[in-house]
Amino acid sequence: MTPTYYLLLSALLFSIGAVGVLVRRNAIVVFMCIELMLNSVNLTLVTFARINGALDGQVIAFFVMVVAAAEVVVGLAIIMSIFRTRRTASVDDANLLKY
Amino acid sequence: MSVLAQAADTVSTGEAVVFWILGPVALLGALGMVFARNAVHSALMLVLTMLSLGALYMVQQAPFLGFVQIIVYTGAVMMLFLFVLMLVGRDSSDSVVEVLRGQRLTGLLLGLALAVLLVAAVGRTLVNVSSVGLAGGNAGSGANVSGLGALVFTKYLFAFELTSALLITAALGAMVLAYSQSRAHDKRGQRATVTARLRGEHDRISPLPGPGVFATGNSVAVPALLPDGSVAPESVSAIIDSTPVEAFDAPHPGVSQSDAHALTGGRKALPAADPSAETEDAR
Repeated sequence: MTPTYYLLLSALLFSIGAVGVLVRRNAIVVFMCIELMLNSVNLTLVTFARINGALDGQVIAFFVMVVAAAEVVVGLAIIMSIFRTRRTASVDDANLLKY
Repeated sequence: MSVLAQAADTVSTGEAVVFWILGPVALLGALGMVFARNAVHSALMLVLTMLSLGALYMVQQAPFLGFVQIIVYTGAVMMLFLFVLMLVGRDSSDSVVEVLRGQRLTGLLLGLALAVLLVAAVGRTLVNVSSVGLAGGNAGSGANVSGLGALVFTKYLFAFELTSALLITAALGAMVLAYSQSRAHDKRGQRATVTARLRGEHDRISPLPGPGVFATGNSVAVPALLPDGSVAPESVSAIIDSTPVEAFDAPHPGVSQSDAHALTGGRKALPAADPSAETEDAR
């Protein structure tokens, strides 16, 4: 076994996340799929840091985590404000930017 | 990296066992998240995937990132997800109606194509790559945190400060977006109320006198007394006024009617068996 298996696992996880974004209609579940894709990219970064023998990949994965946390906060606030006006969390119903 | 470090990085049997247990668990969690009907089940499946990914980070000589993954992602972010899920209502599950016809099938096929493409490309190009590894160098697992700290505060200092600005902006944005301003019932402030009272928009300038003030009893049926000793009729509720009450007996001898003590004595209790009074009270 080589560390390449980690890359294969992360490719599969990324594909599953992409399928979830395309298939699911609930905005919160779509958001969770985006989180899964970010996590799989983090696994790729950690694996390449190990393959290359440098810590830069881990630092970049750390930054990805920070950006993902900020993105989750703002995205969930947007979902909540849309839910407050439209009473729905489905991505199909939010077809207007106002009202 | 030295030759020693290159020789040191081999995938041990224990790591292989951990990978072959946690890798399928992560895959199952991801599949369960996509295909679960209930959104709460999706969130819990994602927690499973993130926990196993954190363990895989720790195995891959990134213990700091593993702990951050568990604390930040499964601890904070997923709890935030569940919180919003409970606020929005977990019954808001997916609608079965397809707005674009055949979108689900197309999405599944495209995702499958992406998976095949990625796995084939990664597998063909990287299968014979030799791993240098972090254990032999100065950035080993013992010095992982200090190595990361040195990198963050020297080489990536500008990016680190940018993330602080990003976090502040995100916190402000969340407060602005999630703030609910109810314009439906606009409350009038204290100052506006006083101005309206003085302009005569209300019936009287002051609030109504409470019952029992300056009187010798504290029942709600005892009216307040004005400074000159007379009864203030506004201080007693209209409901009490309309209930039938037996009249006072003759006042005590020697006590005038305008005396305050005249209000306490001589009043008979309400007859409990009076059905008409009770129904009027209930109304």
